[in-house]
Amino acid sequence: MSATPAHNGHTAGPDRVWLLLALLLLGGCALPFLTHAANRLLTGHGIALTALPGYLPWLLLAPLGVLLASPWLPDNRPWHWTRLLATILLGNALPWLAGSSARLLDSDAESLARISFGGGFWLLLLGSLLFYMESSRRLALTSPWRTLLTLAALLPAGLLLASGQLNQLSLLREYDNFRDSFDSALQQHVQLVVLSLLPALLLGTALGLLAFRLARLRDWVFPALNIVQTIPSIALFGLLIGPLAWLGKQLPGSGIAGVGMLPATVALTLYSLLPLARGTYAGLQQVPAEVRDAARGIGMTGWQIFLRVELPLALPVFIGGVRITAVQAVGLAVVAALIGAGGFGAIMFQGLSGSALDQVLLGVLPVVALAIAVDAGFKLAIAWLDRKNHDRHF
Amino acid sequence: MIDISNVSKRFQHSNAVDGLSLQITAGELTVLIGTSGSGKSTTLKMINRLIEPDSGSIRLAGEDIRQQTPEVLRRRIGYAIQSVGLFPHWTVEQNIAAVPTLLKWPAARIRNRVTELLELLHLPAETFRQRYPHQLSGGQQQRVGVARALAADPEVLLMDEPFGALDPVTRGSLQQELARIQKLSGKTIVLVTHDIDEALQLGQHIVLMDKGRIVQQGKPESFLLQPANDFVRDFVGQSDAGVRLLGLTTVASRVQPTARAEGEPIRSDCTLREALSQFVSRQVDRLPVVNEQGQHAGALLFCDLLGGKAS
Repeated sequence: MSATPAHNGHTAGPDRVWLLLALLLLGGCALPFLTHAANRLLTGHGIALTALPGYLPWLLLAPLGVLLASPWLPDNRPWHWTRLLATILLGNALPWLAGSSARLLDSDAESLARISFGGGFWLLLLGSLLFYMESSRRLALTSPWRTLLTLAALLPAGLLLASGQLNQLSLLREYDNFRDSFDSALQQHVQLVVLSLLPALLLGTALGLLAFRLARLRDWVFPALNIVQTIPSIALFGLLIGPLAWLGKQLPGSGIAGVGMLPATVALTLYSLLPLARGTYAGLQQVPAEVRDAARGIGMTGWQIFLRVELPLALPVFIGGVRITAVQAVGLAVVAALIGAGGFGAIMFQGLSGSALDQVLLGVLPVVALAIAVDAGFKLAIAWLDRKNHDRHF
Repeated sequence: MIDISNVSKRFQHSNAVDGLSLQITAGELTVLIGTSGSGKSTTLKMINRLIEPDSGSIRLAGEDIRQQTPEVLRRRIGYAIQSVGLFPHWTVEQNIAAVPTLLKWPAARIRNRVTELLELLHLPAETFRQRYPHQLSGGQQQRVGVARALAADPEVLLMDEPFGALDPVTRGSLQQELARIQKLSGKTIVLVTHDIDEALQLGQHIVLMDKGRIVQQGKPESFLLQPANDFVRDFVGQSDAGVRLLGLTTVASRVQPTARAEGEPIRSDCTLREALSQFVSRQVDRLPVVNEQGQHAGALLFCDLLGGKAS
């Protein structure tokens, strides 16, 4: 609630944040918006915003104007909303502009030439994203509304993607080429995350509970998990190859091997233990001592205290821990491709080794989208739980 | 009602309670008072087995409290604490119904009991039933805390500095409320406090503790009139002892029904301490008195403040 100036009608005047964002946007306008290359491996030549065909680029002027002029606009809620709307318009106009221009520049789906996003596109996208965050902060929305607004803001871009408007862009043509491996990568990625989270949930929650109940256990559980967390992911994957390969040899036919899905799942599970145990522990610890005392004093048994008092009060913090863990697992699963577990990392690393930049993007962007979706899902769940709990402290 | 005999409890290197014996009479409000670390809270918590004594025994209604599991015992004993400890995720109704729910009362009986208690504590039932603790003021929360302690109609009510965290005005009105409820229900109440005025106002029997032992116990006026030693004298507050003594007696006991006086009348259930304040601030030597119904009841004379033995 902090940065909401109460006065109406006054302008805020330019500040350093605005200056930075304005430079970002202006730089984005100056750099090439798209690049045009003869094939998917060559570096293309840039196409400036002004060189795009037709009247399309001029449509960006309205939202850009609002954002650049924002320090001199009234500092009140209607104008904050206007600014927010401008960032959403700009952010969604960028892929639309790129897609439409690509179709006008190269309408032949069979041609080898590729049209990709240029530096200007990314700078403008980054600028509108930062402006969006700044504007939504000024509006000081509560958690579920902020999340829902973000989802709504992303919706037009999603529709654009689904409608095929962007199909002429190199990224989508890469997708067309790798459609089969993309689909299996998605499946493997989700599988990695879900299969590692389930055992981690059981084990991590149990460790958090034990650490909370037994002070002696706490003194070594968290240091031990901290050590696991500090092992670089590639090293941990490597460390697991040996023992698991040995285990596979001892148990022929069990399907256990040093590389592939299993070691990746084990490593991701290990990484998930610390945030889950911490979340469980923190959730239980923030239950006020006097509430626990009162529960004991009125004659609840240990189990009744746990189920009726501690569990419901710890749940929002605990789910918060699960949220961090799940988002972390989505990101870490990328590295699992190095030991043959597949997932979007496989597409990304293949692109890196072939210097096919759009293929790298094809591996990275879905991971970002997946992480945003998981994050938003958990945020909504937490907001819903908090409403149910009526445990909001003002 | 409660018979504590030769009970001791050691924490680390100090005796929290040291060979304490105490009888708590049924239907009386007993106040345990002392400085922090005097063992008063420990004594209270041993009654409902939140703390187990190292030695000695405690009997409740003639029966050793160790014969029941702590949970069953605690459901027979109401318990209210300073920080209230309401369950933040439960409504006022669910909070008050906590013990009856544990005792598996039928739903209709629980509902009626909640309504009854909310009315008793002057919280309109329909307004407050569905509220959550964070929507209540501190005083309202403490009322709900007291209602929760009374919910299952316990034989004994234990209160650990129940009004300590409240502002003076709210504290005063809740103290009056407690005195009223105690008179109405005749419950045995054990209250822990470090506030001598609260002890003198509420206590029918006061137990002053220091270093885990009882220093003096008895009726409130005995602390003012016959302090056992310098510690008691200091604790009670030597310079204010006389005024505090006046605080123990009501106007009703000294009023002269036939006398007359001019000015704004005071109520006969006020204490003489309040009357003294009126005499001094109005610069008069007699005050008109009305009874609790507001009817004329005579006058109070300044010289009568001293007269008669405190009852």
